[in-house]
Amino acid sequence: MTTLATLLLSVGALLAVAVLSLAAGRARHAGEIVYAACLALSAVGLVAALTHLIAAAAPAEIVLPLGLPWTGAHFRLDALSAFFLALVSLSSGAASLYAIGHGGEEPEPERVLPFYPIFLAGMNLVVLAGDAFTFLLSWEVMSLSSWALVMAHHREKENAHAGYVYLVMASFSALTLLLAFGFMAGADGAYAFDSMRAHMATASSTGLVLALALIGAGSKAGLAPLHVWLPLAHPAAPSHVSALMSGAMTKVAVYAFIRIVFDLIGPPSWWWGALVLAIGGITAALGVLYALMQHDLKRLLAYHTVENIGIIFIGLGLALAFQAYGIGAAAALALTAGLLHAFNHSVFKSLLFLGSGAVLSKTGARDMELLGGLIHRMPQTAFLFLVGCAAISALPPLNGFVSEWLTLQAILLSPQLPSWGLKLLAPAVGALLALSAALAAACFVKAYGVTFLGRSRTLAAESAHETDRFSLAAMSLLAAICFIAGIVPSLFIDALAPVARSLVGDRMPAQFGLAWLTIVPIAESRSSYNGMLVFLFVTASGCLAAWVIHRFASHAVRRAPAWDCGFPDPSPATQYTAASFSQPIRRVYGAYVFLAREQVDMPAPGELRPARIHVELRDLAWDWIYAPITRAVSYVADRLNPLQFRTIRQYLSFVFFALVALLTGLAVWS
Amino acid sequence: MVVIRDFAVQGAQMLIVLALAPLLTGFVRKVKARMLARQGPPLVQPYRELIRLMRKEVVLADNASWLFRVIPYMVFAGTWVAAALVPTFATGLIFSWSADLIAVTALLGSARFFVALAGMDIGTSFGGIGSSREAMIATLAEPAMIMVVFTLALLAGSTQLSELAGFMLSPAVGLRVSLALALIALIMVALAENGRIPVDNPATHLELTMVHEAMILEYSGRHLAMIEFAGSLKLLLYVSLIACVFAPWGLVSPRAGVLAFIGAAVAYLGKLAAGGFLLALFETGIAKMRVFRVPDFLGAALMVSLLGALLLFVSRSL
Amino acid sequence: MDGFQLDVAHLFAGGLVLLSFIMLYQDRLYALLNAFALQAVVLSLSVAWQAWIQGAPHLFISAAIALVFKAFIIPIALHRIIAELGIHREVETVAGLGPTMLFGIGLVALSMVVMLHVTAGGDPLAREDIAFALSVVLLGLLMMITRSNAVSQVVGFMSIENGLILAAAGAKGMPLVVEISVAFSVLVALIVIGVFLFRIRERFDTVDVGVFDRLQGQRR
Repeated sequence: MTTLATLLLSVGALLAVAVLSLAAGRARHAGEIVYAACLALSAVGLVAALTHLIAAAAPAEIVLPLGLPWTGAHFRLDALSAFFLALVSLSSGAASLYAIGHGGEEPEPERVLPFYPIFLAGMNLVVLAGDAFTFLLSWEVMSLSSWALVMAHHREKENAHAGYVYLVMASFSALTLLLAFGFMAGADGAYAFDSMRAHMATASSTGLVLALALIGAGSKAGLAPLHVWLPLAHPAAPSHVSALMSGAMTKVAVYAFIRIVFDLIGPPSWWWGALVLAIGGITAALGVLYALMQHDLKRLLAYHTVENIGIIFIGLGLALAFQAYGIGAAAALALTAGLLHAFNHSVFKSLLFLGSGAVLSKTGARDMELLGGLIHRMPQTAFLFLVGCAAISALPPLNGFVSEWLTLQAILLSPQLPSWGLKLLAPAVGALLALSAALAAACFVKAYGVTFLGRSRTLAAESAHETDRFSLAAMSLLAAICFIAGIVPSLFIDALAPVARSLVGDRMPAQFGLAWLTIVPIAESRSSYNGMLVFLFVTASGCLAAWVIHRFASHAVRRAPAWDCGFPDPSPATQYTAASFSQPIRRVYGAYVFLAREQVDMPAPGELRPARIHVELRDLAWDWIYAPITRAVSYVADRLNPLQFRTIRQYLSFVFFALVALLTGLAVWS
Repeated sequence: MVVIRDFAVQGAQMLIVLALAPLLTGFVRKVKARMLARQGPPLVQPYRELIRLMRKEVVLADNASWLFRVIPYMVFAGTWVAAALVPTFATGLIFSWSADLIAVTALLGSARFFVALAGMDIGTSFGGIGSSREAMIATLAEPAMIMVVFTLALLAGSTQLSELAGFMLSPAVGLRVSLALALIALIMVALAENGRIPVDNPATHLELTMVHEAMILEYSGRHLAMIEFAGSLKLLLYVSLIACVFAPWGLVSPRAGVLAFIGAAVAYLGKLAAGGFLLALFETGIAKMRVFRVPDFLGAALMVSLLGALLLFVSRSL
Repeated sequence: MDGFQLDVAHLFAGGLVLLSFIMLYQDRLYALLNAFALQAVVLSLSVAWQAWIQGAPHLFISAAIALVFKAFIIPIALHRIIAELGIHREVETVAGLGPTMLFGIGLVALSMVVMLHVTAGGDPLAREDIAFALSVVLLGLLMMITRSNAVSQVVGFMSIENGLILAAAGAKGMPLVVEISVAFSVLVALIVIGVFLFRIRERFDTVDVGVFDRLQGQRR
């Protein structure tokens, strides 16, 4: 049986599981069985996608007689689809494994269980779709099932608001993608991707398609300023679903962008790269700055997803720019860097979300200001979460560093670009990338330090205990992948070679055969990196230092109260909170980026009331874009409201005049 | 035979770096004292301090975690490896291709990440102050460093330190504005990263002025020795980096003879002495800035390095 | 004109741009004056170097004029004005330091792009020097608009003139008479401004232009 057929069958099986879970309802082990089935099917998907990718097999296509009568449903598996399928399957497998342990804690499991397999099926189908209709149908299935999952805890008011905003933005993104596909299909309405590829379009219409794809896919991925739904919706869903939404669904949106822009609309113009690069850079910096200001652990992670999507789009923008000028090798490098970062991000963001889910389920709190000292109560979760934090802060020898290093190497190649705008944009975006990397490290020092280190701030944090073994297994798997991808990145880079070759026509030099498993992205004399050797060096030096010390130095250890300069305070409320940690950074950047205003209300000497500090942060995207649009839409809706209350005679005259207008139009036009 | 010799040279580099780091710190302290008309501690005082700390008992806070005890070793190992990758007396060492300048910067960044975590571990407000201020300084110093790396890499066509040193030794380099700007930015970043005046006072224990000292306040005994040693190594790394890139005369290839190695080692010692002297002169002549002026200082470093990179991008087309 | 001479000329011109940024960074009046004096010294070195490599001895005189007037006489005069006015406080800036410096970088990029487009096909040394000179002019203008102290606005105006001299020296020959007239006009402007500053101080007890705006009925 071919790989594609296997994949389609597993998608069908997922839909069957969804139907069965509807029937099972609140049966005792229904949750565990459903999630175990999803885990098995994800594993099948992962293996199938990987075999296709590593074997660099030729694209496979299947046409099923579903959907529209004259088109059918095309399904296609090529290198790009295989890569994103592997990514999605890995995330969904880890999330399903985690949910086997945690799924039983849902208060209303029938709101989550049927929609979860549909969500997985939707994501897989989007990546496998071979024509516009199947694509959009799967996209909507994905959006609606994730919306249902976001609304699983609908009794909380903020979740209802999050779901509403999510639904509006999802419909908006589907609409823009529909328009984009409409433009690409042309006047003959050829919806299959093959015919879109062959269709020659004018420069202005391809520019319009790029803009629509950027808006549509970008809003689903979380590009600024269309990111506002992401920090509301991702935290509202159950933890394993949040992991999937951040780790997998945003990557499906990236897939949509790559498919449309790199594959379907033909050769790029120079300004496409500049636009995507600029938006990516701004998104990266904005996302991490907002993340630094959060004290809700899941919302911080969601804003951080925005930053990483920005970094992915920086790589994609560079690839577009290089491709527009025909510099194939550099385009392959930039594209590989972006795709590798997409993979790395899905792995460590899922790990972090699963970790925060473990914390939430064991302490009942998502707010960092109520946690602390969890490293003593949940030691394994703390260690795995630390691996995730180190990976996302791009610390060698883990995988986050590899993709960031490759992106920086791609930016260093940009003096080859002849355009002035790109020449000036590239170092500015490089500075933004470096800035967001440094801010990300600060953000995760804060997140890990306030949540896991220090002293427990509440009884809930004090009485937490370790999470169950399924969750730990899922997190350990992801942490191990972070480590392996950092030590042996050459495997992953070579696996991406068929993708790069199919999209930009060139590939990075073969990495796997190089001595000592180094990666050499361009040329030996130019730059090289060896994750394994760095890891071995650091470990060896550390062990040598430890041995020398334990041979020659004193071994004595004495436990005592903390020194704290001689004035230790027993109350855990005196340690640094999340807000206090980020205050210096807020002071430096906040006044411009989110109009941060601080008001201190000091009581006069002698008064007994407490001093209060009030910090106000505004999301400029809301104030300048969404609030005016909402007001305009409300205004127009109010104006049009009287249409609901006409008489029957008036409705009939509407119909009559519309008919007359259409006939007149037909007469004039033909 | 050749392989053994290459390994020996690399090993010698690692040992030299380890041995010279406390000496450089002692030298800087001595010169500062002399400029203030004091006698100052002897040059080998930092060695004595390290040995003294090793012999002492470690006093751990009651709620210190395993991470707190492991971090000093991780920080020391990371900084040592990073310092051993910067060419001191010889370029083209056998493992110099395993990490380029960006990786060295990232290794130092990871050391800083873990020290900041150590500051948060005990749960005192001092640790929090140090970590949050260090985070703020890092968010500006690291981008400035990356932009300096950009400038150098664009000129030399490589991010490998050996290639950089080789390029700077060749006649193709010329006197370029971007290099001058990169040097200024690198010096500013080095001051910030090593916690020197005007960013942080390495000799203070007042909370209003602490950044680095506040993070490591709870460390004692051998843990404190490791962290102090890592601090000295970091200073040595930055002085070696500036010397290797901007004053590369005296660097030899690893195939050279023993006499050439000795000459290169003497040249390296001279560069360290000059760097230490200039640092002491600068620290004595200028006052420490208040904490919220540091972003202005580092922002200026970022702008200068961005300007250097920009000028390079633009002048490439001429 | 070989590579080394080009490099040194670029180094001086780049040093002028860097000093403009340093002047933008300052927030104390005396330090601002020192930076301005240093800029005048670098300018005179640059003009002298141009005189050497172009073989145009009259540029040496321009260099000497720049050195004497702008590195010594004018800073000392401004020093005394500041001491008499008693305004050796901080320089108030209108926008924060960060956005000002960012905008300054944008101005440098803009001037590079403009100049290199406009003078396509010219001598590479002159092109890049003119681009740097335009940057210095724009940065001087930026300094004038982001300061609310009249003395620092005067210094900004002086640095605009530095940029113009750099441009003229790099453009292969500038008649001495033009240089003398420019220098004297600047000197006259300075005397006039100094006189006016004293009169303003007498009337209003301050030279902070923010106060003038409020008196006029506007608010910043």
